[in-house]
Amino acid sequence: MTMPFYVSPEQIIKDKADYARKGIARGRSVVVVQYADGLLFVAENPSRALHKVSEIYDRIAFAAVGKYNEFENLRVAGIRLADLRGFNFDRRDVTGRGLANAYAQTLGNIFTETTKPYEVEIVVAEVGDQPEDDQMYRLTFDGSVADEHGTVVMGGSADTIGTWLDEQYHEGMDLTEALRLAVDALGRDADPPREIPANRLEVAVMDRLRPRRRKFRRVTGTALESLLAGTGEDSA
Amino acid sequence: MTAVTRPLSSAGRLPEPFLTSGTSSFTEFLAGYAPELMPSSARATGSVALEAPHGTTIVAVTFPGGVAVAGDRRATMGNVIAQRDIEKVHAADDYSVVGIAGTAGLALELVRLFQVELEHYEKIEGTVLSIEGKANRLAAMIRSNLGLAMQGLAVVPLFAGYDPETGDGKIYSYDVTGGRYKEQDFHAVGSGGMFARGALRKFYRDDFTAEEAATACIQSLYDAADDDSATGGPDLMRGIYPVVAIVTADGHRTLDDDEMSELVHRVVDARNTRPDGPEAPLL
Repeated sequence: MTMPFYVSPEQIIKDKADYARKGIARGRSVVVVQYADGLLFVAENPSRALHKVSEIYDRIAFAAVGKYNEFENLRVAGIRLADLRGFNFDRRDVTGRGLANAYAQTLGNIFTETTKPYEVEIVVAEVGDQPEDDQMYRLTFDGSVADEHGTVVMGGSADTIGTWLDEQYHEGMDLTEALRLAVDALGRDADPPREIPANRLEVAVMDRLRPRRRKFRRVTGTALESLLAGTGEDSA
Repeated sequence: MTAVTRPLSSAGRLPEPFLTSGTSSFTEFLAGYAPELMPSSARATGSVALEAPHGTTIVAVTFPGGVAVAGDRRATMGNVIAQRDIEKVHAADDYSVVGIAGTAGLALELVRLFQVELEHYEKIEGTVLSIEGKANRLAAMIRSNLGLAMQGLAVVPLFAGYDPETGDGKIYSYDVTGGRYKEQDFHAVGSGGMFARGALRKFYRDDFTAEEAATACIQSLYDAADDDSATGGPDLMRGIYPVVAIVTADGHRTLDDDEMSELVHRVVDARNTRPDGPEAPLL
């Protein structure tokens, strides 16, 4: 009679976590920075079509690192959940907290129930009317949720970048300053720091001053270049 | 970066249909996951026509680089005025508007679903639907309401928007079976639509400015209200004016009360001297 090998639960969880961490560490980083008028998302992403940052709802955005098909799956699920809630109840009843909850449950469930965990790390961010109403939730592959303030860094060199970014960050920055800091931070994964050209950057903001219901806005092309150059932004 | 890991209340994981890839249509997702929320899921039993508020006249007029859509503010229930300030012209997305005629409750719900449908597609696909694509989605939604339409609860919208590919405004009308018809220059639907269309035939020029197109809309709605008891004319005492939306390359914009007040007063002043409206040349 053959006996199955005994593997302790601790070992299984550890193996899964290591596996997921390795997958996430392979990708480039994403930085989220809170600035005076909203939240800024900057990712190093050479693709114009496969986004790492996107809109979920009026005031809620999503950013992710890791395996594309997996976080894309979560993104679509989030949009469906938000649109369903908004349609069933009211637009105001769709909250970042509710969405973060659903993601946490889902990721936690996948981590424990399946052999292969999701190799993703995501941020669900909601922009408020005031800076103190902004919310940022960071969710990891095992479903743990962290309530973040100021800055979030995910991906390959999150520790190095995060430490540097925290030292430099202060509240109430304007968009130009925040963008410069975020781009600078993304380049700190190498020694000496790299300079990331504009065409490899994916930039989006949740702009609380945007006179529309939907606060999400991508910053691309000339608007991005002039913002990076510090000459302000054309009204986009 | 202060990370405080804390358990949030357990709301349960996302059900399987949310994580199934495939459709970028909210309607399809809703029909599969929560069909009871679909407007078309309502079932009317019995054969006696139901008394429900009805919306009345919607007009649309194109002009170079855009389109104006307007609706009166009346909803009727038989001989009763159910509401005197209903808004029947709604933005579907940034570049299109939909005006509703027919059973108001169903139509408003349909518009709400249509709005979510367009935004949902835009968010998932990262690109907007073409104007024909939008018009076709709306046709499918109206068709799904056919059962109720047969029982007298019809929804007949007028859809119009700016087409970035051709740089002009487009108008689509519908019938209760979901038939979709592209209209040239101008169109009107609803109980007073016939009268409005007759008036527009005389007013319309192909070199209108946005403001002139809006004025033509108000004029034709005035004529519709003149002959159709279910269409409301401008209510100057209460300050209730038709809703006029303008769609151009800059997006859609609903004219505010001040702008409307000025346009409406100009039309009404002119009608004081000539009640039947401006005179058209005979030949």
